[in-house]
Amino acid sequence: MAADTTDTNGLLPMVVDAVSYRAGDQALIDHVSFRLEDSRRTVILGPNGAGKSVLLRLCHGLLAPSAGAITWGGSTPAATMKRRGLVFQRPVMLRRSVAANIEHVLKTQGIGRDRRRGLVSAALDQAGLKSLAHRQARTLSGGEQQRLAIARAWLLEPAVVLLDEPTANLDPGATRAVEELIIRLGATGAKILMTTHDIAQARRLAEEVMFLHHGRLLEHRPAVEFFAGPRDPDAADFIAGQLIN
Amino acid sequence: MNDFSNALSTAFALVTSLDRDLFEIVGLSLEISLTAVLVATIIGLPAGAALALSRFPGRRPLIIVLNALMGLPPVVVGLVIYLLLSRSGPLGSYGLLFTPTAMVIAQSVLVTPIIAALARQTVADLHEEYDEHLRAIGSGPLQRMATLLWDGRFRLLTAILAGFGRAIAEVGAVLIVGGNILHSTRVMTTTIALETSKGNLAIALGLGLILVTLAVSVNAAAMLLGETAHRRYG
Ligand SMILES: Nc1ncnc2c1ncn2[C@@H]1O[C@H](COP(=O)(O)OP(=O)(O)OP(=O)(O)O)[C@@H](O)[C@H]1O
Ligand SMILES: [Mg+2]
Repeated sequence: MAADTTDTNGLLPMVVDAVSYRAGDQALIDHVSFRLEDSRRTVILGPNGAGKSVLLRLCHGLLAPSAGAITWGGSTPAATMKRRGLVFQRPVMLRRSVAANIEHVLKTQGIGRDRRRGLVSAALDQAGLKSLAHRQARTLSGGEQQRLAIARAWLLEPAVVLLDEPTANLDPGATRAVEELIIRLGATGAKILMTTHDIAQARRLAEEVMFLHHGRLLEHRPAVEFFAGPRDPDAADFIAGQLIN
Repeated sequence: MNDFSNALSTAFALVTSLDRDLFEIVGLSLEISLTAVLVATIIGLPAGAALALSRFPGRRPLIIVLNALMGLPPVVVGLVIYLLLSRSGPLGSYGLLFTPTAMVIAQSVLVTPIIAALARQTVADLHEEYDEHLRAIGSGPLQRMATLLWDGRFRLLTAILAGFGRAIAEVGAVLIVGGNILHSTRVMTTTIALETSKGNLAIALGLGLILVTLAVSVNAAAMLLGETAHRRYG
């Protein structure tokens, strides 16, 4: 279902061409190239500090590459930003209620009050947050905050949703709820591009895996192939549960 | 000591009997300081927010100057406004000297830097936290400012209360530009100064009591507001 190859509103293919990102003399992302052709769920897998968050920020246009170029259906990341949703590793919760956090995104897009009400209530339903609509967002638990962040990113029927370690620090129950939400989001036809350092999660969610280590993209293959036998020795060690450096 | 307790009981009597002159003075004080705070808020909030969000050469020195202006000596502000508004001054033709309007202007000048500087700090702190989210959802500069001011509303209200506290308690500026004219520009602080020097301790103390009560309530309100916000928003 999620593996169909619809063009997701012209944002695909996404092309990352020889992209590097340097801070000082350190390459946080080192000459990375890849193409995303279809709306399969793509998981960027890698240990802490691999550069996953930096790569996702580059993809969304929040950081500019030091070298190389990124395009979404031929356009720049900045020009296509509004057609993507982004869920940060540590989501920003506005000092407002849960419902107001959702409504704020709609207001930013200039959507009128009448339409906003229906969209907010649908988004709350989707994320299972209906009963928490009037709670202050910053008092939600970590899992609830992640679900709110996903609901916010989902709002405007994005063609692509980027998620940065959406379940880091969550317990198994909250993780399952978030993963189910991601699967449902993907089933709407949205391209999912997410990061994780959790191998089990990658096994559950990935249809396509990119293995990132020290800022370099070491593998990019269908998940089944990758887990059957990674070619890269570091990737093999990593999924075997060994420490890599 | 007996003088003091006599004065104190007369003062209580004045306050509790709702003495007409006394309340005219209190009323004018409130009117002038509230108007000044309103003006300072209308100018200071957007100015502070803009300073927090924009990048231009000379911005850092400007922030330092703004923070320094929070400690402007009221008498100096009074003197400068006096010179501007006096007959021979550049704004003399408006005939504003020794009117409540002149007092509002002076207090606005005193309070605007306080509100602007605190608003800048509040908005800058929030912006650091919100920036990436606001960029990711494509927020424009004005929307960004509105979001940050709204989410900083409790801290901003505290800033506004601090501004009011400064305005209502200040004597130097309003004395110089207002002139302490009976039934016209006499406010609590100037009356206290005048009546004390005349030995009229009862009315001075009565006003002093009201002023202290106001100042304490404003501070308490600011504190409660801060605590409430912290509890609600984490
Ligand atoms: N702005 C920056 N300046 C300098 N170094 C940075 C900056 N941002 C990230 N880094 C460094 O780049 C490396 C990659 O960071 P990144 O956050 O992308 O890792 P990650 O793969 O997301 O890790 P995690 O799984 O812990 O979230 C880290 O060593 C980090 O300290
Ligand atoms: Mg990360």
